[in-house]
Amino acid sequence: MKDHNAPYTSTTNACKLCKPLGACLAFRGIEGAIPFLHGSQGCATYMRRYIISHFREPMDIASSSLGEKQAVYGGGPNLKQGLKNVQSKYGARLIGVATTCLTETIGDDVPLLVREFRREMAGGNGHEDLPALVTVSTPSFSGTHMEGFQAAIKSVVEQMAAGGPATEAVNLLPGFVSPADIRYLKEVLADFDLTGIILPDISETLDGPAQDDYEKIPAGGTPLKDIRAMGRARATIELGRTLFPQETAGRFLENRFGVPWRPLGVPIGLRETDRFFQVLEELAGCATPPRHDLERGRLLDAMVDGHKYVFGKKAVVYGEEDLVVGLTAFLSEIGVRPVLCASGGHSGNFGEAIAAVTQDLLAEPPLVREGMDFYEIAEEVEALAPDLLIGHSKGYHLARKWGAPLIRVGFPIHDRFGGQRILHLGYRGAQSILDRIINAILEKKQQDSPVGYGYL
Amino acid sequence: MVAAGLNLRLTGWKACATDGERNMATLNPEELSPPVAEMKPAVVDINAEEVRKELLGKYPTKVARKRAKQIVVNEIGPDGAVPEIAVNVRTIPGIISQRGCTYAGCKGVVLGPTRDIVNLTHGPIGCGFYSWLTRRNQTKPRGPEDHNFMTYCFSTDMQEEQIVFGGEKKLKQAVQEAYDLFHPKAIGIFATCPVGLIGDDVHAVAREMKEKLGDCNVFAFSCEGYKGVSQSAGHHIANNGIFTHVVGLDNTVKEGKFKINLLGEYNIGGDAFEIERLFEECGFTLISTFSGNSSYEYFANSHTADLNLIMCHRSINYVAEMMETKFGIPWIKINFIGAEATAKSLRKIAKFFDDPELIARVEEVIAREMPAVEKVREEVKARCAGKRAMLFVGGSRAHHYQELFREIGMETIAAGYEFAHRDDYEGRRVLPSIKVDADSRNIEELHVEPDPERYRPRLTEAGVARMKEAGIELSEYEGMMAEMCSGALVIDDISQFETEKLIEIYRPDIIGAGIKEKYTIQKSGVPMKQLHSYDSGGPYAAFKGAINFYREIDRMVNNKVWKYLKAPWQEHPELAAKYVWE
Repeated sequence: MKDHNAPYTSTTNACKLCKPLGACLAFRGIEGAIPFLHGSQGCATYMRRYIISHFREPMDIASSSLGEKQAVYGGGPNLKQGLKNVQSKYGARLIGVATTCLTETIGDDVPLLVREFRREMAGGNGHEDLPALVTVSTPSFSGTHMEGFQAAIKSVVEQMAAGGPATEAVNLLPGFVSPADIRYLKEVLADFDLTGIILPDISETLDGPAQDDYEKIPAGGTPLKDIRAMGRARATIELGRTLFPQETAGRFLENRFGVPWRPLGVPIGLRETDRFFQVLEELAGCATPPRHDLERGRLLDAMVDGHKYVFGKKAVVYGEEDLVVGLTAFLSEIGVRPVLCASGGHSGNFGEAIAAVTQDLLAEPPLVREGMDFYEIAEEVEALAPDLLIGHSKGYHLARKWGAPLIRVGFPIHDRFGGQRILHLGYRGAQSILDRIINAILEKKQQDSPVGYGYL
Repeated sequence: MVAAGLNLRLTGWKACATDGERNMATLNPEELSPPVAEMKPAVVDINAEEVRKELLGKYPTKVARKRAKQIVVNEIGPDGAVPEIAVNVRTIPGIISQRGCTYAGCKGVVLGPTRDIVNLTHGPIGCGFYSWLTRRNQTKPRGPEDHNFMTYCFSTDMQEEQIVFGGEKKLKQAVQEAYDLFHPKAIGIFATCPVGLIGDDVHAVAREMKEKLGDCNVFAFSCEGYKGVSQSAGHHIANNGIFTHVVGLDNTVKEGKFKINLLGEYNIGGDAFEIERLFEECGFTLISTFSGNSSYEYFANSHTADLNLIMCHRSINYVAEMMETKFGIPWIKINFIGAEATAKSLRKIAKFFDDPELIARVEEVIAREMPAVEKVREEVKARCAGKRAMLFVGGSRAHHYQELFREIGMETIAAGYEFAHRDDYEGRRVLPSIKVDADSRNIEELHVEPDPERYRPRLTEAGVARMKEAGIELSEYEGMMAEMCSGALVIDDISQFETEKLIEIYRPDIIGAGIKEKYTIQKSGVPMKQLHSYDSGGPYAAFKGAINFYREIDRMVNNKVWKYLKAPWQEHPELAAKYVWE
């Protein structure tokens, strides 16, 4: 969906990916899960190759491989055969079935087909030990990969979480962040002595160790029993300001099971992280552990030290809405002027979220645009003359043309190494992003200097 | 699982009679494998027939029955005949395959590498995004005034509204917009799954917009992803479209004595630049490549060439055949992957033109290029000979790259294509016996007739006879299996599961496949070379490319990283000496 003010009909150099891809990413963060796309096999192949080029990890996505015949007569038999094969050949403990534009257009009723499949399998065929089956509707013609991601998380919770005696666990729905971010969140929860259920958990499944023997389904991911117990948790922390007004997994857990919902912004930068730690202090009933206090202190120290390099620099930030919101919050804190916040997403809540995190810090609010593509961003850039760009690899051409450094964050990153290990969250993530921004500015300064000063 | 440190001997293996060296390299692995420190490797016999049975044994009966026809043990008959293999059949749902879709073959593979056509994807955003320069095709615009849209991704970004009410209006607007913004010479429209389902007539839109715009050729491809069994269907659709709408539009006859087209070369990692350099040095005039480093104008003029050279037979043979029928241009199969194959191919082209000066010049070029190749080859071969490769890739790469491995003494013990047809495996001799199934039938076969004015057979009857005498086979491709050893496994459309089994059983030294397979294979401790997009390397074509490839493979198969998989303090310390190359 284009911004209503956008002058163009077509999308040139998109700043978003398609909906089922997000669902596949989310399913990949569940223990023993295989994502399954109901549609043409090309979708699975394309999304696998794209996700793999960022994470440099195996990424299996099964497909019901619909052909022309099935496109006409319906894809039910293929879906059932595919589920059976994934179960027997890969030993999946959960199969996450996402639809594609093909099956949404022909109108296959996937929840019904899966119910039928369950019934047929229960008929004593030796298949009683069925994996958990979760279905999610992800037509690519409606929403971006982020809507797909969130829809999958919501479906998992809706279809699996159960009530019962309360536990001490805290649900944490982090959204689409990096494996390094998830590892960081786990560490923080552990330091607070909190039992966390992080959904999804891609920290190992999409950044696993080199091994002697290949595991068909990588170790790690949110355990199924934990997901089932989410309805009994003490609270749900859900990250992402643009999600607040929506029906989310966290809101569902509150409405259905009475699990208190604590929506928060993605903890990027000082103040969003402070808010996150405040909630953790409350839940844990203890003060922030000293080492995180120290990290906060060091971040503040670095902000003071680095201020002279970054102050007044103009930045264009683009990518997924909630990532941009967090980055914009942080940039405002360090004195960088975000001049354009752009996203291919179109939640309708982007502007409000940006305003909420910047209002008391910026003299001039940035231009906030939803439904943007890079052609439109490039046009805006002409007038804005930014000093740096912050976002994923797809902004490279623009950065090159404009001669501004690009600080790579988010997804996809396929022209640099280690995208899966970029830490965005917390005081530590902010520290690392700050270092990278300042060094990019210094490098540019050296490159542009006719003399080449070595002492800056 | 085969235990660590064992020496695996292939039984039932017959090296091809033509190559004594290969015989040695494969029959005596004990002698040729580097010695394993402080271990006496036991010899384990592996028989391809047994392996085949093991692969099939894990499948349910129905699946096994189907796969049994797609997994064969190669056997070269006395007349050169090879076993029949079932290919180009639908992938079984739920079996994770390497294959892509029709759209990928059409937009991504064949049309993608052309720099100055605006390739407009009509559909939701994903398809366009995922085919946005991901194949690492390179291009070299001739000057700043030349268009280069390869770094762009154009899409109609269909929304629910278009799915419900139709997308033709938006498509027309998008075409107009692309024209207004970029003034391209041509706009190609590529249909994705929902387009065919909702019944948008992309061809009608193309015709209307072409007429309206006047100086911009607009054409469409019905390459919905669900058509056909793999990207192969998309290649065919692309061939048809480019032949119908572009080839033959410009009759300008260019200077040059020996005019050729190069078909099925996509300039991944700069391959085409290396081949173009050689062509120039040899004195060939390259009219057009389909489609590495190509431009719309080259296609339009390609019918003025006198010979078509086919690299990737699978993706482009249709254009060659149609050009022969319509314009009288003969085609020959060549291969620029491998130094020896390159020399052979250059000589073949020179022989076709039968010009003494040209033949001498080609020999000069080969003589000039080979010493550098030989030097690296000998050095690398000393470290690589006796090692084993498996190749599961493409519709011609699994064949062509065997040459390069062979040059450094590495044998390919199992290979297969992702989307090929029987002729790519067994040779074009089987064409008459290929059964056309429903999936192939829904891809249009164009009816082509000789052009009333421009048909000019480049070879007279005497010329054809001379070719036969010179051993140049016109319109012929022998296929991959004829060049593989008896006893080698040939597997079509290999699955993730089968790949894992093969690794367990054979412990190959390297596997060539695509990025989707890369990390799965490497997580098993086996190096994996991407032969679609070359990892971040290339060129691998022709002489300089061969040098790059030898070095790359040397680096990969002799890499010491694998031995650190287990730290010394971890249990089973003997596993540290697991691999034969240590």
